[in-house]
Parts: sequence; C-alpha cells; structure tokens
Amino acid sequence: MDLTTRIGPLTLTNPFIAASGCFGYGTEYADLVDLSTLGGVAVKGLFLDEREGHPPPRIVETPSGMLNAIGLQGIGVRRFIAEKMPELRARRATVLVNICGTTLDEYVEVARILSDVEGVAALELNISCPNIKEGGITFGCSLTGTHDVVQAVRRVTRLPVIPKLTPNVTDVASFARAAEDGGADAVSLVNTFLAMVIDIETRTPMLSNIVGGLSGPAIRPIAVRMVYECREAVRIPIIGMGGIASARDALEFMIAGASAVQVGTASFVDPFIWSKLVDGTRDYMARHQIAHLTDLIGSLDTSAREKAWISS
Amino acid sequence: MPHDVEAIVVSNRRLSPEYHVLALAAPDVAREAAPGQFVMVKPATSSHPLLRRPFSVFEILRDHARVTGLSLLSKRVGPSTARLYEAEPGDTIRCLGPLGRAFTPVDPPAEAWMVAGGVGLAPFAMLAETLRQRGTRSRLYYGGRRASDLFHLDWFEQLGVELVLTTEDGSRGVHGRVTEPLERDLGSRGADAVVYACGPEPMLASVARLAQTAGRPSQVSVERVMGCGLGGCYSCVIPVRGEAGAAAHFVRSCLSGPVFDGATVDWGG
Repeated sequence: MDLTTRIGPLTLTNPFIAASGCFGYGTEYADLVDLSTLGGVAVKGLFLDEREGHPPPRIVETPSGMLNAIGLQGIGVRRFIAEKMPELRARRATVLVNICGTTLDEYVEVARILSDVEGVAALELNISCPNIKEGGITFGCSLTGTHDVVQAVRRVTRLPVIPKLTPNVTDVASFARAAEDGGADAVSLVNTFLAMVIDIETRTPMLSNIVGGLSGPAIRPIAVRMVYECREAVRIPIIGMGGIASARDALEFMIAGASAVQVGTASFVDPFIWSKLVDGTRDYMARHQIAHLTDLIGSLDTSAREKAWISS
Repeated sequence: MPHDVEAIVVSNRRLSPEYHVLALAAPDVAREAAPGQFVMVKPATSSHPLLRRPFSVFEILRDHARVTGLSLLSKRVGPSTARLYEAEPGDTIRCLGPLGRAFTPVDPPAEAWMVAGGVGLAPFAMLAETLRQRGTRSRLYYGGRRASDLFHLDWFEQLGVELVLTTEDGSRGVHGRVTEPLERDLGSRGADAVVYACGPEPMLASVARLAQTAGRPSQVSVERVMGCGLGGCYSCVIPVRGEAGAAAHFVRSCLSGPVFDGATVDWGG
C-alpha cells in the first residue's frame, strides 16, 4: 500500500505532518517518536531574532477545542539552524520550517538564510498567526500582501514555498489564488480562528493577550469546507488542517482535496498519534481497495447531492 | 522515558467534598517516577475534557516489593478535576509520564524542610520516603484552610517527618499562613536546611524569598496551565533567570521544571 504523497517538488512518505506551533522544534519529541516515520515536521515559527512571546496564561480549553495566544516565542532562525537542525537531520526528519516576519524584508531574509541549510525540505510562510501585532496576519488578510510576500520569498529560494492561510477572512479561496499567482508551491490551511473566552467571576479575559486562536475538533467542519473551497479554486497542492484527531478526520480533508494534513492539538493529547493515523489510513485503504493514497485526494463526489438539490 | 498507558482506577478515596486520592494501575510509569515529577492524565473514554491535566505523582503503590501503580492527590476545582473526582474503580484513565525535573533530595547532615499549601502536599509523600532512605531529617510545614483540609498526617509521622501544621481558620495547628512558622524557623534555627515547596504561586514566591533572605537554597514545584507536558505547546512558561541579576526569560515548566531553584524564578511584583 502506497501512502506517499507529493507537495509540489516534495515527496512525503505519508501525509501526516506535525503542525507548526504544536510540536516544538521536533527535537522535544525525538526520543518518544521516530521522527522519520512522520510525513513531515513543521517546526515552531521562526523570526530572524529570538522572541519572548506573551505572558501566561497562554491557553484555555474550550468545548472540543482550545484557545492559544503563545505569541510566537522562539529562538530565532540562526539558533534554530545551529541548535536544532543537526538533531533533526540525524533523526532523518522531513523538516518544514515555518517562517515569520514583521516586515516583508524579514520574511525574505529568514528564507534566504534557510535556503542554504542542508535538511530543510520546505518553507511554510506564517502569514496567519492571529496573536501578534505586526506582520504575519496583516499579510495574510490582504490579497496583495499575500501575493507579494509569496513572490518575494519565491525569488530568493529554490525550496518549496507553502504559505499558511488564515481562516479569518471572508473568502479563503481568493487568498489561495493570490498565493498561487505569487508562485507558491502549495498552500496550508487553516490556521486558528480568532476567538475569546471570558472569566465571568472576575470579568477578565482568560488569556493575557485577551484574544487567541481556536483550534481542535470544534473547528474541523469549517476547515474541511475551506479546504474544499480552495481545491475548487487552485491547482497547487493543499495541506489541510484543523482539529484532526484520527485517521477518519484526516481522510475527510484528503477526500476534500488535501494532499497532506497537519495535526496539532490532537498531538498534545496523544503524542503517539502518528502511528495510529498511518494504521487507520491503511485500514481504510484496504477496506476500499485503494492502492495509492493519491487516488483518494480530491475524490469527493458531489454529483448525487447536486442532483438531489436540483430535483427538490 | 515517559510511558503512555490506559490505567485502570484501582481506588478513588474521597477525603472531603473537594480532595481525593486516585490510585491508578500504572506500574510502568510508577517504576520510573522520581519525587517531584508529574503525569498528564485525562479520562480515557471521553473527549471532554479534551486536554490532559498535569498532576504530581503522590504515592508509589506497592504489593510487597513489587510496584503496582501510583496515586494522585487531586482537588476538585473545575470540570476536568470533577471528572477525576467522580471516577470509579474499573474506569480507565490515560496517564502519560513520568515527566519533568524532579526534586534533588538533600543528604545529612543538612535537613529537608518541605512546605506544602493545600493540594501542594502531593509531591512530598514520595520525597519524604526518599529522604528517609537517605537518613535526612525532614520537617513538613503544611497549611490548609481548615483542619479537615489536612491529610495523610499519620503517614508522614510514621516516616519520622516532623509536622508543623497551620490553618487559615485556626482549627488545627498554628492560626495563619504556612509561611509564618517557616519564617520564624528560618530566622532562629541554626540547622543547615534545603527548603522544598509546592502550593499556590504566591506561597511559592514567599517561600523562595524567605529562603533566599535566610541564605538557604529552595526548590519549588510550580503549577502552570499546561497543554501537552512534553515541550510542544509553549503554554506553561514561567520567567526564569539563567543566573543572578540576569534578565528573566520564559522557560517551559514541563521541561525545565516543574521544580525550579526558587532564587532563579522571577516572581514579579
């Protein structure tokens, strides 16, 4: 059975990627999980320099989900290369480096630095973090901003460029198109939904940042819908994510059109989820006599539903 | 190396309408646990709550010499802990651990002074056993709101731990906060001692300051809102100085803690 999948020029051994911001730099898990058995590891978002992030409390649980406002605490791209890449290479992880910037020039500079680093498989552009004041989502919420940052990074790297899109827009498909026009090799979606929880006893926000990003099973149906809309709109591959906690959930995204998926919140609950996702997908493929995972991608059949709609 | 097991609830002893001791058949986790380490748990059969919660390992359960599991001392404060409070023998609990940095037990002739506030008693059962094995004299300063909130006293006494009890309502021991007798003893008693503390953060801050003022080292176990317990989520951070006088940086309490040198934590205020 063939679980390999392609993201532009990149071939993954299976479609399951650890989501950025949910798996540290990957090295934290290296003794627990064989990193080479994951389709990929999207490491925590990196700016040029170190960042402290927001004061705690940084997360709060919500019905079937959680809010986070970590604020992209991180060690900066140079320390990442020096301190984390050697182990990730030794563990034969497929490393997707999530890059951030407060300005377009910062994205370009971080991309340029990473482009010469052995072992980096792709660049995921974080233009969708809802929790920082400058940069990031200000690119991701503007069609020209999305296009321009993708194009600028595209010009300085041969690595696959994968902008990560925010769901906090009216029409996510138009942003996928802007990314494609800018030269993106793929898009990943969705980042978290901007949200808020209030402690009614103290009448204060539960997070120090007041608002945060909602993730977990609660957002999954919305994320599936958005992947479906983007599949209709662009030709480049899509990496789907949003509340995936089982092979069944992942299959929904792939049938909707995702060539690979990322798993975040669910790996907090079950750090050993990766082999279960692979096993569950194999079982499904055996049951449906699917030899190649790629035959499943975008195989959604809406024809019967459309007929029912017309005849009713 | 942490293990993730579906542990059967062996017993759930309710000590009060809030406190209980949940015994889990998790020998693989228990065998490797050191005093001060924690586990991440949630009911196995439900997706609500979604996330696990961190708990210090309370007791190591044994059948003669054989390790059979561990227990957690828990206080019902929200929906998650309510589910654990209501657990019945035979239920399954997902238990990941042991995790985090343990206490460093001190050797004689120095003494160990443990300071516990409420449910912060949890890591000291194991630490007291370890200290006894090393022949280290130990004392437990243990504070609660009222007499009925103080548990396991006989057990600590049998281990030869000297008890100094305090209650906020004066119903048992010294009337007031647990830091008051500690401050008195740090000021007057000559013994060389390491101070260990677990409890509410204002108590930890106060203990760390008192110990530092008295020129004694402190090891404090902090509790922060934690998402994964493995360093993946960066939610459980606490500001810590690398060295005295240096600027504090956020570090993950799951990996760098939960036990910290009290003098290095930036307690704020």
